Amino acid sequence: MTTAQLDRSTHEVENEPLLRADSVSKTFVSGTFRKHYTRALDTVTLSVPESPPTITAIAGESGSGKTTLARTVLGLVEPTSGAVIYRGTNVADMSRAQHAEFRREVQVIFQDPFESYNPFYKVDHVLRTPIRRYNLASSKSEADDIVEEALRTVGLRPEETLGRHPHQLSGGQRQRVMVARAVMLKPKIIVADEPVSMVDASLRATILETLRAMNRDLGISILYITHDLTTAYQLAENIIVLYKGRVAESGSVDSVINDPTHPYTQLLVSSIPQPDPETQWGREQEARDEEDAEIAGCNFYDRCPLRMDECTVSDPPLYRTAANRITRCYRYAESPVHLAPDLRSVFAPVGSD
Amino acid sequence: MANMDTTALEPQLPSSYDVTVFEEETRWVKVSGAIRRNVLLFAGSLLILAIVLFAVAGSLIIDEKRTEVGFAHAERETADGSIKEVVAPRLKPSGEFWFGTDQFARDIFAYVAYGTLGTLWMGLIAGIIGIGIGTLLGFIGGYFGGWLDAVIVVLSDALITIPGLMLLITISAYLDQLTVEQLGILIGVISWMGTTRVVRAQVLTLKNRAYVEVSKFNGQGDMEIVVSELIPNLAPFIAAAFVGAVAGAILLSIGLSALGLGPQNEPSLGLMAFWFIRFGAVPQGMWWWFGPPIVVIAIFIVGLFMVTAGLDQIANPRLRTSV
Amino acid sequence: MTIATAVHSPLVVKDLKVYYHTRRGPVKAVDGVSFELHRGERLGLVGESGSGKSTIALALMMAHKEPARIEGGSIILNGSNVLDDNSEQVRLRRLSEIAMVPQGALNSLNPVMRIRDQVIDGLKDHNVNMSDGEFANRVAELLESVGLHRDVASRFPHELSGGMKQRVSIAIAISMNPSVIVADEPTSALDVVVQKQVVQTLRDVQERIGAAAIMIGHDMGLMAQFASRIGIMYGGKIVEIGPVSHIFKNPKHPYTRLLISSLPDTRSKRRLEGIPGLPPSLLRPPPGCIFHTRCPDAMDICRQEIPPTREIDALRYAACHLYGDDDGKVVDL
Repeated sequence: MTTAQLDRSTHEVENEPLLRADSVSKTFVSGTFRKHYTRALDTVTLSVPESPPTITAIAGESGSGKTTLARTVLGLVEPTSGAVIYRGTNVADMSRAQHAEFRREVQVIFQDPFESYNPFYKVDHVLRTPIRRYNLASSKSEADDIVEEALRTVGLRPEETLGRHPHQLSGGQRQRVMVARAVMLKPKIIVADEPVSMVDASLRATILETLRAMNRDLGISILYITHDLTTAYQLAENIIVLYKGRVAESGSVDSVINDPTHPYTQLLVSSIPQPDPETQWGREQEARDEEDAEIAGCNFYDRCPLRMDECTVSDPPLYRTAANRITRCYRYAESPVHLAPDLRSVFAPVGSD
Repeated sequence: MANMDTTALEPQLPSSYDVTVFEEETRWVKVSGAIRRNVLLFAGSLLILAIVLFAVAGSLIIDEKRTEVGFAHAERETADGSIKEVVAPRLKPSGEFWFGTDQFARDIFAYVAYGTLGTLWMGLIAGIIGIGIGTLLGFIGGYFGGWLDAVIVVLSDALITIPGLMLLITISAYLDQLTVEQLGILIGVISWMGTTRVVRAQVLTLKNRAYVEVSKFNGQGDMEIVVSELIPNLAPFIAAAFVGAVAGAILLSIGLSALGLGPQNEPSLGLMAFWFIRFGAVPQGMWWWFGPPIVVIAIFIVGLFMVTAGLDQIANPRLRTSV
Repeated sequence: MTIATAVHSPLVVKDLKVYYHTRRGPVKAVDGVSFELHRGERLGLVGESGSGKSTIALALMMAHKEPARIEGGSIILNGSNVLDDNSEQVRLRRLSEIAMVPQGALNSLNPVMRIRDQVIDGLKDHNVNMSDGEFANRVAELLESVGLHRDVASRFPHELSGGMKQRVSIAIAISMNPSVIVADEPTSALDVVVQKQVVQTLRDVQERIGAAAIMIGHDMGLMAQFASRIGIMYGGKIVEIGPVSHIFKNPKHPYTRLLISSLPDTRSKRRLEGIPGLPPSLLRPPPGCIFHTRCPDAMDICRQEIPPTREIDALRYAACHLYGDDDGKVVDL
């Protein structure tokens, strides 16, 4: 690592970010007698600065650990090792008051706009409860105003939305009410776990634009968890590509998607079905079928079209291929190893790309 | 109870269409629709209501004295030709004694009314206690987990293997005299395990639902989540379990009393069974003695079954058709 | 359309109506859909939830169940109307004439049967008589045609990844060389890398056996990669149908136009525009054009009259009042 890069890393570590996931790993254990261990997340580090507000995409397919990472950051899953640190305090060690603040300031939008509602209540319940619990309003009319304003922010008409049961709204409307709920609380960070994957295409754009506006106008940082690189590209500034619980590649979204370095990212990008009949899928690279056998070394070896013998020896480290890029692949072994575990030093400052 | 008549179910529509089908309904359409969708629940409730009304109204109107031994008297010609009022057991049904009298000259109609009331009261006590304990333990175990959950699971799994009647026979053999209330409490205390299992299993599936997690982000604490997010969705389960518990308790008490081990001093359907078995109502052909309690019990059990089955349709997601 | 083309097209669907009968009246999930599938072509039917696309897939396979009923129209498969067949005839025509590749999210394979037996079962059900050795060869040949190793035959479904299972489904679908393959969201729940493999496999085998294929889905990107022609569905109707390049380059129906402009890609960052409003109630559909409630170009006539389908240019049909007699003549598809 060059001195310049070192300087930059140490400098940035000094000012504590708003939220930091510090080498978090999560191993799920199942089975009573014969324990089965699943390593869902393997030493992933990320951080969200206090300012400027950012949108970071966490991309990967099912089993990549992206949802486990989201749930860990949200404090819903306790990491097996590592820590999630919010405003300098480990979430696991927070006092009641600190935890309450964390819960309000780090909000969530779940994937499933159906499951997010208690079927017993009208949609109002999910909007009015937080106002009551967090004392956001001093009167009934003030609460009404907050709810109605939040709904308008996400493009819903309060009179068409309130007083209805969740099943009386469409999936798109339901998800927008969930976005409204998050906005209303004026959080610092929103973790959006596949917020549009269950919403029809024509309504997707509206929700993504609302997220973008929340970031731009309300200063909310967003962790956008997705399997879809096109929406990640449209929305985010930086991207972390996860594969089987590990960071495969990371950097600014433009550079990663326009010029992927890791063979997995290359496959992902070349597999995007572009909505343009003139841009047909290429046939140059094909993934191999997944193999059951446990291979030491790179966790992508079994499917990698560019695999080499040395890939089976040991797990590759993250190589810093450019100022704002890291990739976990031996094909870049000439590049310096990225030692600073924090991806902040990788991400280009907003707007400078 | 899982195999329900599926004709009562609503046609199934692919879920993607539900957005387009909603429309406001008038109250009457809602009520009539609900009845039509759940004929079983409705009819079963009517049967049970009829039994309850009979017991309550009967015990309010009829003098309790009529259930006492030696109550019934009739005029009889004695050996010397004079007419004398004598105790009148084994009377056939008549205008004065609608269901006749038993071996002890008690008014069977009055006895059935009071006996039904006693049995229902006992079942209600047992049901409330069983459901109370069962629900509480189920929620504690399912929601909080940990060692407490392990203890609850082991305890309920162990107790559920012991047949209730056997346990009751053993206990009542040591107790001199049970009242109806004591028997209710006793049955309640030994019959919470099924409810605990059902509630715990449901809580386990519900507590990881996204809406429960959303409520955490809405600042709701554990108690509030249990009360306002979980319990409303478990209400049909708890109601079904309650009906089942009452039915089970009544059957158990009838069994126990018919063996002569139940409360002896207050009328109950089980005690009635004990007497008519003991004094050979069947060989004597006294159908008016053994008939009424059996009919009441049968109507009641059928009604309870229908209600449970109807509630099952609401509570069981596999059978449920509309939210 | 002439009788001659109908005979030559493996599948002609005419004025198909499929309604779901509910307590509150019929839900018109498919309401007068007509299209023709040409020999060897790949047709994509795209629509959002509630557009009726999956109901069409079920109806084509005659696999729709109560409360769905076919209320009218015809499905002419290889020259004869499927709706006139008895259930045994329908059973025999499935797989041999029209085969389905099921949704990727569904585990349609039998978990306790080896792949080999599942393939052979389908053949035996259709009275194919072969020796064991011939069956084994056929299975190996089918598996290799979808890019799987012949050893997969002796495996159980749980030993395969999602993409491999879906390729087995494709192998089963083509096992009797059907003239039509229906694929309903074949890659739902599959990852993007696997999705590409499955769709390319489907395309390869379809070309090899010369079958026509209908792919049903919601993903316009996938359609652009797969289909030669696309039908856009909205509210139980096909609002526009035409060659894929024309549809993307020059959409005629306002819904198609808005749908395409709402799609994100990775070539340029831009403001994403959604379509305002909500899908219509199919129980009480709006009068006139089904899309008028969300259409930015809606005129008075759109609220009153159902637009006729016009041939706007060669092979391109759209149902929209924006187009008059000067733009194209009204056709009865």
